[in-house]
Amino acid sequence: MAATNIEVWQLGKVVEARNIATNIRRIVLEPSQPTRADPGSHIDVMVRIDGHKDKRSYSIVEASEDGTRLVISILRAPLSRGGSLFMHTLKAGDQLEITQPLQNFPLRVGAEQYILLAGGIGITAMINMARILKSLRRDYTLVYAGRSRAAMAYVDELQELHGNNLVVHADDDGTPFNVKTLVASAAADTELYMCGPIRLMDAVRRSWKERELKNSNLRYETFGNSGWYDPEEFIVKVPSLGLEVPVGQGRSMLEALEDAGADMMFDCRKGECGLCEVRILKLQGAIDHRDVFYSTRQKNANERMACCVSRAVTSRTDLMAEASHSGTATVTVEVS
Amino acid sequence: MTAVRTQSSTTNKVLGYPLNVWYVAAWDKELNRKPMSRKVAGRPLALYRTEDGRAVALADACWHRLAPLSMGKTLGKDQIQCPYHGIVYDSAGRCVSMPAQETINPSATVPSFPVVERHRYVWVWLGDPTKADPELVPDMHQLDSPEWAGDGETIYAPCNFQLVLDNLMDLTHEEFIHSSSIGQEELSESDFVVTHDAGTVTVARWMFNIDAPPFWLKNMRDKFPGFQGKVDRWQIITYRSPSVINIDVGVAKAGTGAFDGDRSQGVNGFVMNAITPESGKSCHYFWAFMRNYRLDSQLITTQLREGVHGVFGEDEAMLTAQQSAIDANPDYEFYNLNIDAGGMWVRRLIERQLESEGRLVPVA
Repeated sequence: MAATNIEVWQLGKVVEARNIATNIRRIVLEPSQPTRADPGSHIDVMVRIDGHKDKRSYSIVEASEDGTRLVISILRAPLSRGGSLFMHTLKAGDQLEITQPLQNFPLRVGAEQYILLAGGIGITAMINMARILKSLRRDYTLVYAGRSRAAMAYVDELQELHGNNLVVHADDDGTPFNVKTLVASAAADTELYMCGPIRLMDAVRRSWKERELKNSNLRYETFGNSGWYDPEEFIVKVPSLGLEVPVGQGRSMLEALEDAGADMMFDCRKGECGLCEVRILKLQGAIDHRDVFYSTRQKNANERMACCVSRAVTSRTDLMAEASHSGTATVTVEVS
Repeated sequence: MTAVRTQSSTTNKVLGYPLNVWYVAAWDKELNRKPMSRKVAGRPLALYRTEDGRAVALADACWHRLAPLSMGKTLGKDQIQCPYHGIVYDSAGRCVSMPAQETINPSATVPSFPVVERHRYVWVWLGDPTKADPELVPDMHQLDSPEWAGDGETIYAPCNFQLVLDNLMDLTHEEFIHSSSIGQEELSESDFVVTHDAGTVTVARWMFNIDAPPFWLKNMRDKFPGFQGKVDRWQIITYRSPSVINIDVGVAKAGTGAFDGDRSQGVNGFVMNAITPESGKSCHYFWAFMRNYRLDSQLITTQLREGVHGVFGEDEAMLTAQQSAIDANPDYEFYNLNIDAGGMWVRRLIERQLESEGRLVPVA
């Protein structure tokens, strides 16, 4: 129940690694210092990208009661910064640095009704919660939405375990997911837990607000790694520091500025805390706000951005082909 | 046949506290709209009531800078505001308002613990919340049954909770510690019977045809004015996991059949004890003395509460001294006697509970 974020690093031995859906790999780990993993918890993993280390977070899909066995599942992202590619190279016998289970997304026992909503790989955060709610015989619905069934992990297992409590929406089999319909099904005291792409979560947040449901009953976790637009390389300029830095597709603006020698303030690195805020002086292109710190009003104003997750893009449209031909997006900022 | 191997309790002078259990956090009367702080099983709690009277237990540390929420104030239907920067949480421990930003950080929560209000106590569950079944609250129905009247207090005891359980499971100490009130030599001379099951331990002791000690003589005279003569006396101590001890006590006119079930010629009380660990070396000791005669007499309720207050003050002094002696003599072991049988069964049940939680480790 408690939020526990003390990173105790240890070794995790890979005892099993196999593909379970298109581009999704299931990895079973044996931690060297096992501790219990509560539903909603995740581990941080040290990945290796081009010779340097970087940290990634993965939800715990399953865990043995005593935590001696942890399961995570990773989507190989087409525009990966490198973490998921590394994770997909792991095989049985490999060792990696992992933390003990960390908890930012606790499941509260005692709500009248639950909706668990998973978008794509977001299912990894929901499986453990759903299992607990089933074992406690609570009123819950697990909603699992994805583009195609073949690319959705664990569907069969979930179907078997949850029966009618599971609702699967897949675009390719004619059962597309509708946010408004789902939110309309929530009763006044329903708690909705969700994990998925930012567009999905944002749409749920808006519907939730429209229905005037209790804000604190909408629970979600973001690792800040999905945006409204595909990441592009862009330029960040900091006139006060005399910097003009390219931000590669696989890097964050914060990382690029740090690499260039800027002394940056930050904390969560997932778009929650707002500490890495930079003030936008000039913008060529648009901002892909990927944080949950700013309100819609603030995002539309485009005066500030959370540089740990948010990016500049050439155009607000989805299609690169429609991008303005003025070249690379450029954002000029002032830092604290 | 499978051999049963049980670890002896002799090596552990004091025990750790189980977490997957209900502990009394407070008397019902202690909780109101103004938050209060109390540490239970090592965890500081902020306790308060919502506008509709529901009891709430949150971790007593704001998510932001850990300022104690118990120093804050309650707002609206069920909210509490941190006294430092004004962050507001609802009764589920979820942030509903943040200073200087238009959104709320999704991580902003403080742990909220399951609470049940029953038998005049507020019970809290600090372990795995998915196991917090209200049916597991120990039976202390005499505390709020119309057939019983009485009241109690809370002792803050600077000792491991196990020492209080030991104390209550073996009442031979009454002869020595409580010599002016309930003590008498027949206590350590008489036989006793110990029984147990998976969650309870009972020690029953009967003393026949003896003089009533001062406390009991007074009680007999409250019910039977001018009473004189010998009595049959009983003490039936029942422990309920994890740390509740209800003691059925009383005396009846000698030879009137109390042992066989007819207590009409006697006075009967129930000492209701709930011992809640605060830390490895301190506990909150909630007690009440309930009686089933002269129910309408507030005078007797007050006299009994004050009488038992005096008696328990003697225990408190000894328990404090005992913990100090344990701390001062780390190399010395406990030695167990036949009179410790009840307490030893309690220790074994607690150890099994700790083992099931993977927490059977000595406390510092």
